[in-house]
Amino acid sequence: MRPPVTAIGADPLPPGALEVETVGMTMRFGSFTALEDVSIRVAPGTFHALLGENGAGKSTLVKCIMGFYHATAGQLMVGRREAEIADPRDARALGMGMVYQHFTLVPSLTVAENLVISRADAPVVIDWAKERAGLEAFMAAMPFRVPLDQPVARLAAGEKQKLEILKQLYLGSRFLILDEPTSVLTPDEADEVLGHVRGLCEAGEISVLMITHKFREVTAFADEVSVLRRGRLVGQGHVADLSHAQMAAMMIGAEKEQRPVARSGLRGAPMLELRGVKAADRSGLKEIAVESLTVHAGEIVGIAGISGNGQMELMEVLTGQRAARGGEIRVQGVPYGATRAEAQSHAVRYLPEEPLRNACAPRMSVIENIAFRSFDRNGAGRRFWLSANEMRAAARDLIGAFKVKVADPDGPIAALSGGNVQRAVLARELTGEVKLLVISNPCFGLDFAAVSEIRARIVAARNAGAAVLLMSEDLDEVLELSDRVLVMSEGRITYEVPAAEAKIAEIGHYMGGHAA
Amino acid sequence: MENDLGWWAVPLAVLGGAIRVSTPILFVSLGEMLTERSGRINLGLEGTLVFGAMAGYATAVITGDPWAGVLLAALAGAVFGLVHGLICSMARVNDIAIGIAMMLLGTGLAFYFGKPFIQPVAPDLPSIPFGWWSEVPQVQAALNVNVLFLAGIAAALVLHWGLRSTRPGLILRVVGDSTDAARAMGLRPAVIRTMATALGGAFAGVGGAYLSLFYPGSWNEGISSGQGLMAVALVIFARWQPVNCFWAALLFGGAGALGPALQSVGVTEGYYLFYAAPYVLTLGVLIATSSPNRALAGAPGELSITK
Ligand SMILES: Nc1ncnc2c1ncn2[C@@H]1O[C@H](COP(=O)(O)OP(=O)(O)OP(=O)(O)O)[C@@H](O)[C@H]1O
Ligand SMILES: [Mg+2]
Repeated sequence: MRPPVTAIGADPLPPGALEVETVGMTMRFGSFTALEDVSIRVAPGTFHALLGENGAGKSTLVKCIMGFYHATAGQLMVGRREAEIADPRDARALGMGMVYQHFTLVPSLTVAENLVISRADAPVVIDWAKERAGLEAFMAAMPFRVPLDQPVARLAAGEKQKLEILKQLYLGSRFLILDEPTSVLTPDEADEVLGHVRGLCEAGEISVLMITHKFREVTAFADEVSVLRRGRLVGQGHVADLSHAQMAAMMIGAEKEQRPVARSGLRGAPMLELRGVKAADRSGLKEIAVESLTVHAGEIVGIAGISGNGQMELMEVLTGQRAARGGEIRVQGVPYGATRAEAQSHAVRYLPEEPLRNACAPRMSVIENIAFRSFDRNGAGRRFWLSANEMRAAARDLIGAFKVKVADPDGPIAALSGGNVQRAVLARELTGEVKLLVISNPCFGLDFAAVSEIRARIVAARNAGAAVLLMSEDLDEVLELSDRVLVMSEGRITYEVPAAEAKIAEIGHYMGGHAA
Repeated sequence: MENDLGWWAVPLAVLGGAIRVSTPILFVSLGEMLTERSGRINLGLEGTLVFGAMAGYATAVITGDPWAGVLLAALAGAVFGLVHGLICSMARVNDIAIGIAMMLLGTGLAFYFGKPFIQPVAPDLPSIPFGWWSEVPQVQAALNVNVLFLAGIAAALVLHWGLRSTRPGLILRVVGDSTDAARAMGLRPAVIRTMATALGGAFAGVGGAYLSLFYPGSWNEGISSGQGLMAVALVIFARWQPVNCFWAALLFGGAGALGPALQSVGVTEGYYLFYAAPYVLTLGVLIATSSPNRALAGAPGELSITK
């Protein structure tokens, strides 16, 4: 084990919250500059928010701080001393911890194993009885809990996110970076988690740098805010002095916010019908069962629910990733098996959750990924020889139209920022004729300008006569977009109400599984 | 045959055969399991096995000590694993292709260096006569258990415990399941994978030494009948669990002993079909336990064949 990296001969860092500062941080990927001359200071015991559009360079900045990337130029000061961080291990030795945007838990290990092995001082021989006792004592002192014996692969996204934060607290980090920590949590869960983190800041135990797209969280929990745009620091200030409008203006500069599209058109014929569809849930122990669900043309049906209540499985059944155990799925009155040919002939399009995993080939290029729907089509017919030029031209148009920030269209899609992967997939799925659109958390991880733009596109598809089935953990989104709202709880649809008559309290009640 | 056991001879011979035949398979599959748990696949273990057989035999001939042979076979295996691991640590290198190259290299080198050792006779590895209580020679033969078989059982148990309850074990699983998570923890996946491959190679080397120093107990170029490759299938079949590797190896060994056993009780027709039993069995089990709906349960997330 190497000793922690500090200036030669220096005293150890003082206990408690750390001060962290970047000075003129610049990061280039080849010829592309993701970060240019960024200086941010997080004072000890403060909660600092980092705002910016998708692809602004937020994740890049924090990865440079954590030693995941090596900045092209610039310096890092920890506790007012220059720190040379070669890899995340050095950062951790200094007491800096990070919750990454993409989960970094080990799927096949249990929660307890994940926690113990993440500790730098994990013993060579692990005495599980002792560790269990320690973990349980630690969990008991936390405001939220995660089952210790479950393999992480079995946890829902929300639970994983909680575990990521718990892990950092368990490791005793004194400077915590959170990269969009609440994107998979319900507002209540988010408040609970951030409230606890905020409490630790106030107690002087940790300093926090949080990346977020939610102004509400900035106002409620942060002390200071920094704003990035196209890799540059464009604004900074005390949260108390700034309004949401001012922060938004800093984020997008001169660009205009889009207005929501008005609804028009009439509800048409049933497009998607589910009757008695059953499937195993992700644990294989329980079952999801959808008695009856119909989505008509020209209608958006929103399914609200807390993550892990069967939405993911329902989505997988509809996309053909999970076999149904029974029941019937019909599209335009015809039984539907979710093959590519069927999806193509009925113009069914999907945006599943975690699109990088469920809707992309991560190592193939952005151009190829965008061409998945059309690469073998030649007008109405099929083609055998692909046309690289057409694929490139079509991808270029869509990248422009959906404002996907891509450094290199021939590079792997996995190199895009989280929000830009989402945009690229949406660009692909919303292009061409769309009769049925099945989407899950379409605005996950998008900045607010992108959110209103994407929502406008969804409403536009509906106005053009598409049937839309929307599953979202964001209740506001469901209420804003839907014509009809359903609630899914414990694998079943437990409530249905026209959006005009929907009451948040009532829906929340059913979401929590307290159906009468 | 003075003791005529009739058909009872068949299960006895199968038991004895299972113990004898399974040992090298057990070692190779434990080695392969370790390698795959780190997120790489080493198809070169067949070559390592053959080279280990040669190196062990040669050392035993020269020194007169079979244990020195086992030790050297393990060392040679570790070197082969290390080479595989180091090459695979380079960018854009495919572990399967390197594995096949290492397999050919291992057998080629073994044949080249092994030529002078086909004639000389090496001392055998000792075995423990657990059948002392019986008068029946077949029982005594079946229960004449080699020390390495017991060492294999111990290794499987130790690995089972180690993967669960030691830091190196957990780190190995982390690296095998998620490179991203490992890097976020500050681990160096390439280094850990290389070490796991080297250790896996050592296991395969020991398996080879068993072949030449106990059963069949001589060095020749046809010493391995593909055990090194079967081990790869066995690891999948065993769902990457060390104790399952033991049962799988035993089952495979028992199935392999079926043909000779039938022949020994005087079945003259069709027994050769049973020589294919282990392969048919492996295929059957793999098909029966697979499912189109879920990924192989227990497969390490970074493994190139299951990703
Ligand atoms: N490893 C890489 N190689 C090449 N380009 C990269 C790499 N990582 C990031 N980029 C590019 O750098 C830019 C900034 O990416 P970054 O992930 O920091 O954005 P972000 O601000 O976190 O966005 P989001 O809100 O969507 O997560 C993007 O245009 C991205 O394509
Ligand atoms: Mg990001």
